[in-house]
Amino acid sequence: MRKKNGLRVILLVASIGSILIGIYREEVLTVLVKAINICLECVGIG
Amino acid sequence: MARFKRKLTQVLTAIVTNGYLPGFLKGDIYRGNLKRFCVPGLNCYSCPGALGSCPIGSLQAVIGSAKYQISFYVLGAIALIGTLLGRFVCGWLCPFGLIQEFIHKIPSKKFKISSKNPVKYSKYLILLVFVIILPMFVVNILGMGDPFFCKYICPAGTLEAGIPLVIMNPSLRQAIGFIFSWKVFLLLLTITASIFIARPFCRFICPLGAIYGLFNPISLYKLEVNSDVCIKCNKCTNTCPISIETYKTPNSPECIRCGECIGACPTKAISSSFGLKESEGLDVKEMEMK
Repeated sequence: MRKKNGLRVILLVASIGSILIGIYREEVLTVLVKAINICLECVGIG
Repeated sequence: MARFKRKLTQVLTAIVTNGYLPGFLKGDIYRGNLKRFCVPGLNCYSCPGALGSCPIGSLQAVIGSAKYQISFYVLGAIALIGTLLGRFVCGWLCPFGLIQEFIHKIPSKKFKISSKNPVKYSKYLILLVFVIILPMFVVNILGMGDPFFCKYICPAGTLEAGIPLVIMNPSLRQAIGFIFSWKVFLLLLTITASIFIARPFCRFICPLGAIYGLFNPISLYKLEVNSDVCIKCNKCTNTCPISIETYKTPNSPECIRCGECIGACPTKAISSSFGLKESEGLDVKEMEMK
């Protein structure tokens, strides 16, 4: 149980760290640009 | 009551995450800053009402961009949600899961497929090939890859974005071709399968469910079985839409956390909890191993 909890804490810290790295690398801008334009591939045209 | 609570949560989540009404009226999409954030479920960001971004679409967008090979941001967001909730997202927060459940209510003969059926692994293959490998390596001269899952497979995109936008935009209507027809075919296949089988897309296709499923055994939201009161009557398995032997594997990667087993258990041996604390007693599997 302690092992499992340790893994949970590591995953929580790592995922938050990963989000912060992504924000620092400006990946959010790529997500935003894709999301605010009609995705022709999603629609089935692109 | 628990069933109603889940349905209400599903409906409210679908409404809140797709609450941009002008989109439905004008045949356009929301273009604001909220789209920086990923919603927990599979919800196409080109749905006229979508206020957030689809995690799988975003993951492909970053992987397929010329600038990045991997997305720390999206993978981090998926891992965070996965660690907190696992596939609770599938059962409670995903609009496309809700749609499949509504379709499954159409009266017909229902087919149960065992949770051990190896077809369940197809979603991992789809995740690997269509979401990661193809967008990463099949690129154009600018180094950009297509979102292959969205483009060739995702029926949620066709239903939530493709059909409404094509209906409301004459210019888009003129541009449709084979891929649109192919995607409509896949959507019809998914709808037909959903009538007879519970959640076929979630079980065999969804790459987001595949990732969240990997977190089920360790997520903070979990199911617990009290071995002292479990009589192994199998009622949980028979009630489960995915046919999981809950009393043996309460945190199976296939479990969508719908909670049907909790209500069905005649001895109240199954419970759910959230947090780092776990019950002190052994679960049934551990007891059998001893």
